[in-house]
Amino acid sequence: MSQGSIVAGCLAPHPPHLVYAANPPQNEPRSSGAGAWQGLLDAYASLRGSLESKEYDVLVVHTPHWRTVVGHHVLACPEFKGLSVDPVFPNLFRFHYDLRVDVELAEAMAEEGEAAGLVMKTMRNPDFRVDYGTLTCCHLVRPEWDLPIVALSSNRAYTYFSSEYGDREMLILGEATRRAIEKTGRKALVLGSCSLSHRHFTEEPADPEDPAFEHIHNRNQALWDERVLGHMKMGDCATLLAEMPDFIDQAVSECAEGSLTWLLGALGIPDWPATVHGYGTVIGTGNAVVEWEPGPPTAVEGRP
Amino acid sequence: MTGSNRGKSAGSGAVLGGLLVPGKPQILLDPDGNPGWRSLHDSMRKAGEALMENGTELLVLYSTQWTSIIGHQFLADPEPKWTRVDEDFHELGTIDYHLKMDAEFAESWRQKATDRGLTARTVAYEGFPVDTGSLVALKLLNPENRIPACVVSCNMYADRAETVILGKATRDAVEALGLKVTAVAVSALSNRMWTRFIDPVDDRIHSAKDDEWNRKILEILGEGRLEDVSQLAREFSSQAHGDNRFKAIWWLSALMGQDNAFQGRVLDYQAVWGTGAGVVDLVPARRGSSNLEYDEDDAQTWGGDRGVLSSNPGEAT
Ligand SMILES: [Fe+2]
Repeated sequence: MSQGSIVAGCLAPHPPHLVYAANPPQNEPRSSGAGAWQGLLDAYASLRGSLESKEYDVLVVHTPHWRTVVGHHVLACPEFKGLSVDPVFPNLFRFHYDLRVDVELAEAMAEEGEAAGLVMKTMRNPDFRVDYGTLTCCHLVRPEWDLPIVALSSNRAYTYFSSEYGDREMLILGEATRRAIEKTGRKALVLGSCSLSHRHFTEEPADPEDPAFEHIHNRNQALWDERVLGHMKMGDCATLLAEMPDFIDQAVSECAEGSLTWLLGALGIPDWPATVHGYGTVIGTGNAVVEWEPGPPTAVEGRP
Repeated sequence: MTGSNRGKSAGSGAVLGGLLVPGKPQILLDPDGNPGWRSLHDSMRKAGEALMENGTELLVLYSTQWTSIIGHQFLADPEPKWTRVDEDFHELGTIDYHLKMDAEFAESWRQKATDRGLTARTVAYEGFPVDTGSLVALKLLNPENRIPACVVSCNMYADRAETVILGKATRDAVEALGLKVTAVAVSALSNRMWTRFIDPVDDRIHSAKDDEWNRKILEILGEGRLEDVSQLAREFSSQAHGDNRFKAIWWLSALMGQDNAFQGRVLDYQAVWGTGAGVVDLVPARRGSSNLEYDEDDAQTWGGDRGVLSSNPGEAT
């Protein structure tokens, strides 16, 4: 078996609003098309265009909306079929899914994580409801649903202990994910599925897609998002990680769920520039679609 | 109770009592994994049997495990029927459920919450994932659905004022529909779980400090001093990892009249995966409330503005 690799790593946020706005046949509610999130839909279209030239055989996603306290869990049934209703935005997301899982890779990820000292758990209950974070992210990246996926849960390390501790654990999980991909010979697209700043409005307009309502919650959030995207564009993810605890605290960032740090760990803490396909807000939160080409085989941690 | 016979008791609404119960899935799905889990299972069943005898017409629940962002959500599907697999403890199996919700009460509850300035909406969708806590409570307290129920979510942005107002809005709806209700707060006490897999027989409270705080809270509840515990919720939560800031007790106390005049009974206290799980029964008592000093404000309506930092969409920024 030839050694596998990550073909690209993406920050691919999962507001269910984006699937709602896209009106795919799998989602029950219909949107008005008023266009509040068009910028982000365009960003995803740009990402899909970029990925067209890449060959990969699995999507590996870290999702904030499967929350686990006891370790990091990974979907490990060959297939899942059902209806996933978002408990927070059930008016927007009631998605019928029918997906396949790359169980061999999932098991390898659990083994590599365990070998690195993490608590890992394979999820083998076929009745399990796949969360909207996984579904939204995968759908927007590859709506064909023609490839298997592997989904990792979001461990509560950040809130149980501290952001610093959470980041350490997610970097280890990211490295373990990369090793599993390499050992199983997979060509994998890895997706960290989180927003950046994450302060929501707590009210919704009559048409949830009304563009007059949509904007960043406050300027502090926008400035933090700009700064973080600046680090990504400059290829300075070591500084991004150094500032991550402040970002999480001050911008209520969804990075507290670990998805971005896991992604950076899988990529070897990129010190090369990322492509930002677009940035936009959803119900006040800041969201960016970002792509990293694969890095050199050995990660370089830290910058001078 | 059906909508048709409601008018008969209009004006006679009352909160007959309140229960604090835990919502971890082990209690329902693996009661014999640990003697403490079995004890909790049996204590909740017994509390449920008592509800069948005391004239309860409706169970109103607040569950810390159902979180929301757009205000508070009320479960208004008359017959939620689906399956639930716990996110952490999926190995324990699947909870099949077929519940009986009071959609009329849900709508009244939503209206009363709106009247008090809260953002509120009902939800009724096939496949809506009822949370593990609500299911553990309803399956053990009310396994045959003999009493209809209604559940409200735990809003992530709501602090004490909004949660207290939600409790008052609940009482408004109870009075408007003239129902005899029992309030159920589904919440752990200390909520620090083991972060590694343990042998269930080794389960215990995560730390001596959490245990001490839990016991102190239960001692006060045992004296019927519900509002005192509500006033202590912030301190308890910060010291002992209270479940979702122990907001459920704010709701429960506000619904029950913000009083200390209860007969409290601690029916059980055990560990579930490191957390503190208490089963407490509170019944209004005839004695007067103690004259105590309270630090927390007592809001009647919600007039807060979360948009004070918010950018004006017209701003040139
Ligand atoms: Fe999210």
